Amino acid sequence: MQVFQIVLFVFLIVCAISVSFSKNLLNSIIIFMSYSLIMSIIWILLESPDLAITEAAVGAGITSILFFVTLKKIHAIVAIDEDKEDVIDKKGGTK
Amino acid sequence: MSRLLSEEEYRKTTAFKIRRWYRGEKDPYVGTVELKPQTPFAEDINAMKHRVHDEAILRRKIYDVEHNRKLQIFSKFYRVVSVLFVFMLIGILLYMVSYLPPVGNAANPDNNEVATKYIEDAMKDTGAVNIVTGMILDYRAFDTLGESNVLFIATCTVLILLRVDNRSKKEEEEANDRLYEPKNDIILQKVAFFLVPMIIIFGIYVILNGHLSPGGGFSGGAIIGSGLILYVNAFGFKKIERFFTQKTYKWICFVALLFYCLAKTYSFYCGAHHLETGIPLGTPGAILSSGLILPLNICVGMVVACTMYAFYAMFRKGGF
Repeated sequence: MQVFQIVLFVFLIVCAISVSFSKNLLNSIIIFMSYSLIMSIIWILLESPDLAITEAAVGAGITSILFFVTLKKIHAIVAIDEDKEDVIDKKGGTK
Repeated sequence: MSRLLSEEEYRKTTAFKIRRWYRGEKDPYVGTVELKPQTPFAEDINAMKHRVHDEAILRRKIYDVEHNRKLQIFSKFYRVVSVLFVFMLIGILLYMVSYLPPVGNAANPDNNEVATKYIEDAMKDTGAVNIVTGMILDYRAFDTLGESNVLFIATCTVLILLRVDNRSKKEEEEANDRLYEPKNDIILQKVAFFLVPMIIIFGIYVILNGHLSPGGGFSGGAIIGSGLILYVNAFGFKKIERFFTQKTYKWICFVALLFYCLAKTYSFYCGAHHLETGIPLGTPGAILSSGLILPLNICVGMVVACTMYAFYAMFRKGGF
């Protein structure tokens, strides 16, 4: 169990660092989501299931969804045309 | 309508003028104040050239790093100092961490009589098996009232910022919103058909068993809110408007917060946690036990669920 916890903690740190270093906003939101999921497992291991439930629902679920919707509102999520296999954005560029 | 004044005299009074202004029949400014349209801003061509020239020179002066010795030194210095500063900050914080008391030490300052009292007396005082819920909804119920109000105020703020009132604009927003995604995705709909009831039932379970098992109003409400969001994603806003509109949101929040206020305002007056509510605590472990905690849990859960859904709806199309 100790090893499992250490693996989770290492993963947590890796996630936290890669969120800020990821260039793509969509990627960083997904990494942030996984960070919350790992955090909820850690809450269970720390014997606070209340926080685990809340973290899974709010941190991994609703916060990320709100981030996604915000990205969509500012047209930062790019539509991918599968036929041409390249990135096309109809409303301005990503950067 | 009977009037003491005649029509002529009434027209001279201030009340009549205010009423006329309020109804928009006569603008007091039109005709009495000279109104001049603003002249459009036009820059002289020479002045513009001059300005552009100046700007170019200034820019060359500032950004010409290759030929500017001072700037070169400064940029290197800046980098070194920033790295040094960050490492110094990390060092200071780590050094301060070493001063924190070790985890699990019996002599730690957090290991005092407060925790002992809660652990020993919580079940007897509140009747809740889950001490955490007993704490947040009985001893510290007033804090939780503040938290629910914060959620409500947050929704109000989002409403002010993102609300789209215009009908045609709203439809445009909705059309734009689905630009990148398929409408009525069959896979999502089939999955949601099975998942949404289970998620919502699990949320209700977590809320109702808040005083018995881990969870409570906040977590259960968040689960129900995410279930509602999944439902909206799968079936669209038309379907959810059959049972959840802005009016529903308003009434649920209003009733829940009002009940919470009425049930817990005695903390205002006495400031102590011990005041008999008159409701029997019941046997610990039964679903109908621990006095006011169960209804308060339901209130908090409803407010949280509505808030989560309201956030999502507001972000998506600026309204419900």
